[in-house]
Amino acid sequence: MIFFQLVIDGLSIGSLYALLALAMVIIYKTSEVPNFAQGEMAMVTTFVSYHLMEYYGFTFPVSFLGSLIFAAMLAVFFEFFFLRRAKEPNILNFIIITLGFERMLYGLAAWKWGADQRLYPSSFDPLPISSSDTFNFGIISVSHISLIIMSVAFVLIGGLVIFFKFTRLGIAMKATQQNLLASRINGIRTNRIMSFTWGLSAMVGAIAGMLFVPGTATPLDSNLMLAPLIKGFAAAVLGGMTTMIGPIGGGFILGIIEKFFGFYISSEFETTVSFTIIVLVLWFRPSGLFGRHYIRKV
Amino acid sequence: MDMKRSYYEDIQLLDSGTKKFWFGSLIIILLIIPFLIPGYYLHEVSYISINIIVAIGLNILVGYTGQVSLGHAGFFAIGAYAATLLVKHLPFFPFIFALIIAGLIAAAFGFILGLPSLRLEGPYLAIATLGFGMAIIQILGRFSVFGGRMGLSVPDIGFLNDLLYDSGLFTKTQSRDVNLYYIIMSITIIMALMARNLMKTRIGRAFIAIRDSDIAANSMGINLTKYKTLSFAVSAFYTGLAGGLYAFWMGFINPDSFDFILSILFLAMVVVGGLGSNIGPVLGAIIISFLNLNLQADSISAIPLLGDLLTVITENWMNKGGIASVSIIIFGLILIFIVLFEPLGLFGFWIRIKKYWKTWPF
Repeated sequence: MIFFQLVIDGLSIGSLYALLALAMVIIYKTSEVPNFAQGEMAMVTTFVSYHLMEYYGFTFPVSFLGSLIFAAMLAVFFEFFFLRRAKEPNILNFIIITLGFERMLYGLAAWKWGADQRLYPSSFDPLPISSSDTFNFGIISVSHISLIIMSVAFVLIGGLVIFFKFTRLGIAMKATQQNLLASRINGIRTNRIMSFTWGLSAMVGAIAGMLFVPGTATPLDSNLMLAPLIKGFAAAVLGGMTTMIGPIGGGFILGIIEKFFGFYISSEFETTVSFTIIVLVLWFRPSGLFGRHYIRKV
Repeated sequence: MDMKRSYYEDIQLLDSGTKKFWFGSLIIILLIIPFLIPGYYLHEVSYISINIIVAIGLNILVGYTGQVSLGHAGFFAIGAYAATLLVKHLPFFPFIFALIIAGLIAAAFGFILGLPSLRLEGPYLAIATLGFGMAIIQILGRFSVFGGRMGLSVPDIGFLNDLLYDSGLFTKTQSRDVNLYYIIMSITIIMALMARNLMKTRIGRAFIAIRDSDIAANSMGINLTKYKTLSFAVSAFYTGLAGGLYAFWMGFINPDSFDFILSILFLAMVVVGGLGSNIGPVLGAIIISFLNLNLQADSISAIPLLGDLLTVITENWMNKGGIASVSIIIFGLILIFIVLFEPLGLFGFWIRIKKYWKTWPF
């Protein structure tokens, strides 16, 4: 049955979009910054993990963890030195700052690793995984790697939902988003919360990046994350940027739409169609499918 | 001294003798530029001038009406393709009408894109406009009418070519550049004056009111539907017209030259120059497009002091051919630092300098 195969493929790619969207929503929820640099942060992190494996001979798990720490440090650095210093914190200025950071990271990656395409190692030594193996469940086949992507995504999403609902830190993050001043009065160190948010978000995005590259067999170059970033952003907007369920649902819906449209009609207009759908959805639900629309009080 | 006594004084385009004098001198300088600087630089000046039109148009939307757009490369592409196809398939059609029609087609798309802006704000609007820009490129790259991925060659508009050549002052290639320069520059001046005028009318004041508070504007009787879509349409008209000029300037267009990065570049011009001012976008467009044209690999290593350092770093730690990417990093740093230190952009600097000298030595 091609139908189930497409659903599985859609879920697999959709879970990557969901992770990227989630990374953006974590930041947007806390600080109302639409982070256009998310994709490039993930791209640079992926390059770092590649570099650790290729030039320093580390194993996959070590380089994975190492680059996660790098991602967190990069994001905290950015938040501390650039974003916090913004004189007039409004949405346009935030967009400009993150776009500027996006360009910086892009330039840095192109400077360091050049324009030629490189291949991410396809075996994850010493883990017994290879990107070419597949499981066959009767009629549908799932590659190991997309199974891993999906399970990592599900575990991560579940963990984050629990984190935001039940831990002190998660609740403090939500409080910071809802009312900065009130949470400061109540003893939350909002600046520290911001740094932590950025670190967490960068790690989630970096995981998405490091799964995306081997999962879709994309060669590494500095343009790597542009398309996924935009899809992830679109997923977040589709689902609604103020909820946890929004980006997850949005990511899966976008992934499945993309696969079905690509198979039954044409894979050339994937982006056009997904954006048309998003604009239509937003027309009827301006805060996304799952978001609640808040009317601003004057 | 600055007191205005009647409404007509307020809406005057050039309201003081000083301004009239400087405007007149500017026109004269622009007229004689082709005789002073050699061909290649004239070509660059034309390019900068095209970008000034886009920046002015984008400023109407972002600076005055307060709507974010990350899709202006889409309008630029629409204008370029529309003008090219019109001139190509209707050879006796005057190029100036082709440009205006290209602008109007872009404006129609702007109106359509303006509709979601009635309900969307912040990141939602940003992603909708971004998606529009990307979708346009994908559609243009697909159909053979638009030349597909390969692109289209643009016919030359020989408006003054022969006249300039016959005058004996220019060679054949030079006269093409000079011709384009005069066409582009005169359109730029007209468009800049129109934008300045627009902001002094009822429509311009409605735009500013919407930027400052759309709810307050609405309760004062400003029709949000009308003015928000109008702002998108006007902005798209400017950008589409500039796109047409770009096609004639470039002589060749393909979808890849109108990507997402171009939209960021346009936005950067407005932000660096100064949002919501008349002179800001012009300055921003000049600086950003100048850097964009001239900051290549060899000119980076030729920067005094810094250039050598960058070359050493590149040779020891970076990819050998990667030094050209430093320009992208510089571009990103400019964007960040402008927002951090001078949110009003170059226009803000200008205001501060003016204030300082007005009260000097106090």
